[in-house]
Amino acid sequence: MDYEKLGLTVGIEIHQELATKHKLFCSCPPRLSDKEPDYTFTRKLRPSQSELGEVDPAALFEFLKGKTIIYQGDHDTNCLVEMDEEPPGPLDSEAIEISLIFSLMTNSVPVDEIQVMRKTVVDGSNTGGFQRTSVVSLGGAVKVDGKTYHLEQVAVEEDAARKIAEEGDTITYRLDRLGIPLIEITTAPEMHTPEEVYKVAARIGGILRATGMVRRGLGTIRQDVNVSIRGGAIIEIKGVQDLSLLPTIAEYEAQRQVTLLDIAEELKKTGVTPEALRQEAADVSDVFKETGSKILGAALKRGGKVMAVRLPGFSGLTGRELCPGRRLGTEMNDHAKFGGGVKGIFHTDELPGYSITAEEVHVLRERMDAGEADAVVIVADEERKCVAALGAVVNRAEQALQGVPAETRSANPDGTTRYTRPRPGAARMYPETDIKPVKVTPEKLEELRAMLPEMPEVKLRRFMKDYSLNEKLATQAVDSGYMGLFEELAREGHSTTLLAVTLTEDLTKLRRDGVPVEGLTDEALRDAFTLVKEGAATKESLPDVLTWLAENRGEKAGDAVSALGFDMMTIEELTALVNRAVEEKADLVAERGMRAMGALMGVIMGQVRGRAKPQDVQRLLRSAVEAKKG
Amino acid sequence: MSEDKLTGYRGELRSALEKVGAEIGDRLEIAVNNQQYTGSLMPRVESYDDWHIILKLKSGYNIGLAHSDGMKIKKVGVAEKPEFRPPPLPEAEPGLPKVSIISTGGTIASRVDYVTGGVVSAMTSRDLLGIVPELVEIADVDADILYSVFSEDLTHKEWEGMAERVYDKIDAGADGVIITHGTDTMGYSAAALSFALQDLPVPVIFVGSQRSSDRPSSDNATNLMGGVYTAAHAPFAEVVVGLHETTSDTSIAYLRGTKVRKCHTSSRYAFQPVNDWPIARYIDGKVEMINDRYRPRQPSEPRLLNRFSDKVSLVKFHPDFNPTILDWLIDDGVRGIVIEATGLGQVCKDLWPAVDRARKEGVIVGVTSQCIWGRVHLDVYSHGRELVDRGAVPLEDMHPETAYVKLKWCLGQTDDTEEAKRLLLTDLVGEFNPRTPYLEGSR
Repeated sequence: MDYEKLGLTVGIEIHQELATKHKLFCSCPPRLSDKEPDYTFTRKLRPSQSELGEVDPAALFEFLKGKTIIYQGDHDTNCLVEMDEEPPGPLDSEAIEISLIFSLMTNSVPVDEIQVMRKTVVDGSNTGGFQRTSVVSLGGAVKVDGKTYHLEQVAVEEDAARKIAEEGDTITYRLDRLGIPLIEITTAPEMHTPEEVYKVAARIGGILRATGMVRRGLGTIRQDVNVSIRGGAIIEIKGVQDLSLLPTIAEYEAQRQVTLLDIAEELKKTGVTPEALRQEAADVSDVFKETGSKILGAALKRGGKVMAVRLPGFSGLTGRELCPGRRLGTEMNDHAKFGGGVKGIFHTDELPGYSITAEEVHVLRERMDAGEADAVVIVADEERKCVAALGAVVNRAEQALQGVPAETRSANPDGTTRYTRPRPGAARMYPETDIKPVKVTPEKLEELRAMLPEMPEVKLRRFMKDYSLNEKLATQAVDSGYMGLFEELAREGHSTTLLAVTLTEDLTKLRRDGVPVEGLTDEALRDAFTLVKEGAATKESLPDVLTWLAENRGEKAGDAVSALGFDMMTIEELTALVNRAVEEKADLVAERGMRAMGALMGVIMGQVRGRAKPQDVQRLLRSAVEAKKG
Repeated sequence: MSEDKLTGYRGELRSALEKVGAEIGDRLEIAVNNQQYTGSLMPRVESYDDWHIILKLKSGYNIGLAHSDGMKIKKVGVAEKPEFRPPPLPEAEPGLPKVSIISTGGTIASRVDYVTGGVVSAMTSRDLLGIVPELVEIADVDADILYSVFSEDLTHKEWEGMAERVYDKIDAGADGVIITHGTDTMGYSAAALSFALQDLPVPVIFVGSQRSSDRPSSDNATNLMGGVYTAAHAPFAEVVVGLHETTSDTSIAYLRGTKVRKCHTSSRYAFQPVNDWPIARYIDGKVEMINDRYRPRQPSEPRLLNRFSDKVSLVKFHPDFNPTILDWLIDDGVRGIVIEATGLGQVCKDLWPAVDRARKEGVIVGVTSQCIWGRVHLDVYSHGRELVDRGAVPLEDMHPETAYVKLKWCLGQTDDTEEAKRLLLTDLVGEFNPRTPYLEGSR
């Protein structure tokens, strides 16, 4: 795609959890819970009128009326504040300090008084129905490949509750994450290629980690991406956890908008009007009386209906692919789910199929008076839900006439996105009257300025020089989120290469293998490295030891070594093992002499499994082979 | 209305704003320290300092900027009048029960004015139905404002007024009455109306909220909807308090006005029954009866007995209590004192002379317990017997606040001390529970 010609414009918002001692508005520890919840409770949210902003109030109101939210709570990670049962405490000073440090590192200008706002969020992820958020500084910039990218603002806000499940009209959230401090960095919409998006996000992430005061691990950093093309609309894509996905997301979204603009163009040509689209939903249950479709049949059996709506001029368009695996029909499907609470829809571009026969489709088309150019959408559920769902489908079809509807979307793991809700207006902010503003004094800024951390590139050069790391390892160490620990341990005389490899490559590999490395505290890591340094474990056993420690939180590295059977072998044991191996391969030794060492070394190390140092094995092996060949 | 156009701004900053003709909501350009800011002027909380200007940025965020001599303020636009188009009122269904809603302060329902961040209260039936349209399906609702007072500023005068208004509403044919009320002194008002309105034909329900109505999580709408349904349909005819039963939005408990107390500063489940079961709960769109001791809904003629004495005090005993406090009250002309004693009803012996003096001067001394839950028993310990010997009146399982309200009511009904004492000890509206129930949990 020629992004310049398309006028691709991207801005990002980066949300990073901060490594504070407390949550943003209470004294709870900012960490997740890994046990069964201690209690649950049930709530409803209702937006008060103007909080609906520019959203179609009726639709959203109806939607929310039916939603039940279940919250899971824990005594050790939340209190009444997260439950919305107690007013919030003052803004956490540590979180403000870290945000100000980032601001100063990027030349963003702090405000003189930080005001806490409520941003209406009615999906249940915040118990109050709003997220508390505050601008800390305005402006600023980062440089990537010699180009300057401006920042719009830096804010500090509370993280939302963790979504556990959504089933029908019930959503379940865990309260542990609610209130964990986040820094939110908003860039200007100044990126024009997918590649740039990645680089800018990586740069901001690097500066954040350079503060040494951000949380590490999966889900602690999340990006929102705002993408538009010329003639399209600004689409906000929420919650991208994987940085490497950013270019794909930008690319797919550009593609989606291009296709939507094409569809609008085609519809304009065929002369489809919004009035023609506004069709009533019709009951077509009788067409599917004898259907082989399990979905339709089951709905009818429960006393529901199959209902249909005709979309004039949409034949072929509902099946048009917008980005890989997602069609206009998929979009309509998402709207139907949101608007009607149904499981899903079928459109004639995908029928016959799903056990719906050509004959049924033929009768359906006839019943709906659908010409060749028309599509028909069907849905099966309670009548009320069918009507709402098909209403949402018609709305989405009407939007197709205009091109790209402004909306909020969520990223799928493959980089495509799905509709989540209409894009809220700017009018959903109002002051949090329970929290006093915080003054940012020139004295405080002076104090912070005097102790600003190094920028990543400075740190990189220093790491290469001070710790004799090659550029690759140094880069990884600086970007790892562990550089604080790295430096401490390096100063204590641990092998810097071992530290760098373990804390970057090994941990990354373990994470990919599904080991919960987030559970490894600095203390656990220090403990494991110390064991190696003292000779009580080999460095080869470190990945296994760390895996065990990650899975057995709060235990000692020494226990890991015992539990794993990695206690170092005594010299006697090792000598016996080496002699036995040499004996078994006597032929080889006889044949090759000292050159048999290599093969034997491999066999023995396999049996030792990290319980002896290679140099000891080598020494004993050498004398054993020498003795053998005489 | 002479509204301040620069709410919360004082001193030099106010002068600077006045000089450019700025008013709340106006768009300003501010240049300071080589930075340029554009946004709308927001009001400042009066108690904050006088040298920060609050600006609402285009993003919707507010920021505070320190005023300095070098600051240049330019007005570039005037405030947009907040526009609010009330949604069309839902059609009232004919034949529904009539429920009257009387507002005494706080907000029953409100919406946010995003221009100033202020909360606009719904104060008419129309406003109310616009904000909680579900009410139309529940009852034929009329709403009006009796007072607009913080609940801590209410006095017995307002209790008298509330009782009279409820009486009028019932007289006009209401099938149930709702009083919306700030929660802090709701328990007192509920007890007061329990005594001031006797022989009730229909329920009178106090409704409030513990989360302000300007947030989506507010408990106001659920409490109100449950209250209106219960007022219209419940089989009991008593004065009750009805707020959340637990932290969940799923049920509302109706607690007898004389046996209820606010026991938590902030939670939705702040109101707890004291020495009694809840009368009923609203759950899944229905009223479930819990307590078999209640006055049934019936075609009776209510009695309005809305006179309260202002010569009563509630005194909490504590270690090192100064006995001259009681002397001072007697000197000041009180006619009744309710003591929140310790445990089963004891106070230190230094108080005995003052209690003696109270009896001699015709001042009724009632004894309750600061334990809140449980019953006083003055015969168990000698210090209790000493109080009884000096004429103090043990008040059974009434909690101190109800006892205080009842004594005010008794002395409002009669000037005769003995008659007042007789009334005080007579169970009139279920304020005494002969059987102390075992309530699970901390009670």
